[in-house]
Amino acid sequence: MVDIPEDLLRRSAEAKARALGVPVEAVLAEMTGEGPPVEVPRAEPMERPVTDAEAAAEAEPEPAMSEVPPRSQPEAEVEISQGAEPEVAAEEPKVAEYDEEPVPPAEASSEVEPVAAEAETGPAEVATLVEERPSDDGSGNGSGRLAAMVTPRPVVPPTGLPEGVRTQRLLTVVKARAIQTVKPDPTDKVNTWPHLMLMEFSALLAITGLLVVMAVVIHSPLLDPANVNLTPNPSKAPWYFLGLQELLSYFDPQIAGVMVPTFTGLIGFMLIPFIDKNPSTRPSDRKFAVMLYSIFIAGSATLTMFGVLFRGRGFNWSYPWRDGIFFDDLLDWVHFE
Amino acid sequence: MANGNGRTALKDRVKEAQEKLWGSQVVEAILRPGSPFKQGYQDSPRNRSYVVMNNVLYHLHPVKVKRHGVKLSYTLCLGGLSFFLFIVLTITGIFLMFYYTPTGELAYDDIQRLSTDVAFGSLVRNIHRWGAHLMVLSVFLHMSRVFYHGAYKPPREFNWVVGVILLLLTLLLSFSGYLLPWDQLALWAVTVGTNMAGFVPVFGNQVKFALLAGAEVSAATLLRFYVLHVLAFPFVIVIFMAVHFWRVRKDGGVSGPL
Repeated sequence: MVDIPEDLLRRSAEAKARALGVPVEAVLAEMTGEGPPVEVPRAEPMERPVTDAEAAAEAEPEPAMSEVPPRSQPEAEVEISQGAEPEVAAEEPKVAEYDEEPVPPAEASSEVEPVAAEAETGPAEVATLVEERPSDDGSGNGSGRLAAMVTPRPVVPPTGLPEGVRTQRLLTVVKARAIQTVKPDPTDKVNTWPHLMLMEFSALLAITGLLVVMAVVIHSPLLDPANVNLTPNPSKAPWYFLGLQELLSYFDPQIAGVMVPTFTGLIGFMLIPFIDKNPSTRPSDRKFAVMLYSIFIAGSATLTMFGVLFRGRGFNWSYPWRDGIFFDDLLDWVHFE
Repeated sequence: MANGNGRTALKDRVKEAQEKLWGSQVVEAILRPGSPFKQGYQDSPRNRSYVVMNNVLYHLHPVKVKRHGVKLSYTLCLGGLSFFLFIVLTITGIFLMFYYTPTGELAYDDIQRLSTDVAFGSLVRNIHRWGAHLMVLSVFLHMSRVFYHGAYKPPREFNWVVGVILLLLTLLLSFSGYLLPWDQLALWAVTVGTNMAGFVPVFGNQVKFALLAGAEVSAATLLRFYVLHVLAFPFVIVIFMAVHFWRVRKDGGVSGPL
């Protein structure tokens, strides 16, 4: 069973309720299977004679039904949803309850407009169950934007009508575009080759150049051979861990050395997308997140800088301009010899 | 084409040979359709697609990308640069492995010999070291950019998690390489770093022991860090990188799949 969108269901129920003269809620409940079948108030004289013009007006879904999109609407013509079909099919059995003379299927699939046109020529032709389907071969040519169903009223033989004439009523109009859109929105795209490739290649050359210049100018440090018995003063971690080492001088090692890197550094970062439920990516919508991350960056940069520049003998506070820099990674900063 | 002497000019002979080579079956077999190196390559939308689709490296990318995705000011190419630095580090690392022995007696001398005896040894070692620092930096900056653009939001949450793992692996790679020169700087930086592992609740000493292959940094640690650095961590990081790139391609970055 196809899952019918709620708005379509409601619209269908409204039309049916109007046709039968019963409350919308009752019809809706019946359709969703939550309520008993709707009792049709038989007493109400529904079999009022239908004039030719009236029948035509009803068969051709025009201004009377507010759901009908105006013919000139371009978007309605573009997207004919195939999904609209099961909608109508699902509706059919319920309609059949009130259909005293079942109509042969061949008749049922005739189109709206021809019938409407014929209705004006003679009353006999009005009496058909009309159902408009989006045709597979694309011959729907514009009229295909509606899936309309016209159903006979529950007539105990029509009194004021000529023999063989049944009145009809538009039960529902299903907008074709409601269920799926066929074409994706066009986006502004460029070819990867050459546009993105060129960009990547330039970036790659630039970083290679930077790396070679660095490698020529700055020599990697190589101090005395490792000696387990001779502890240098101060002993510093690699620069990316110096922020943590700096934290160690403020907090208990359990906190600074384990808790902070594990829970904020690793698990905390991994959980960011699951904590931040804000769907927007605009910086103005996510001031708190941006602020928090900026504080993190500023904080870790400050701590790292303290560790690199402002820590001297015994990892005590020192000023680089007074005591010099204790950071052996930069020992051989520039070689000009 | 004959010149005044009745001989073919060298220029023309070279051209002829070139055409023969590039038109040969061997070259034709190597180059897939749409390759810009193919003879008679024409710049057409079809060939532009083929260039990407038919190349094992380029097909990491989709055929088309969003226009604003290729703006330098927007992407900064940080993810790609991190990957490129990884490749540079792999190549220079292989070079260094030829001259390095991970033992307490030889390691330091090998590094020293690298700058004195080996052609380009010093340059390659410097590139390796600064490339490693740059990679840590670029991975971190890449993460920051992704955060500021909110690119980790659905459906890309998982790729962010993979990215955090990649950052961790990058730090581990850098840190394990830090010990290898086996000088005072290396020894004591790693001592300080691994001391933190000792503060892990309950299992602190066990973690530290497993990491150092002993109670403190020793020659055994050197071998352990060497194997981790040249084999174990690269192996793991390549797997995570593959997942990372795959998800960039499937879930897209903030400017669609790249």
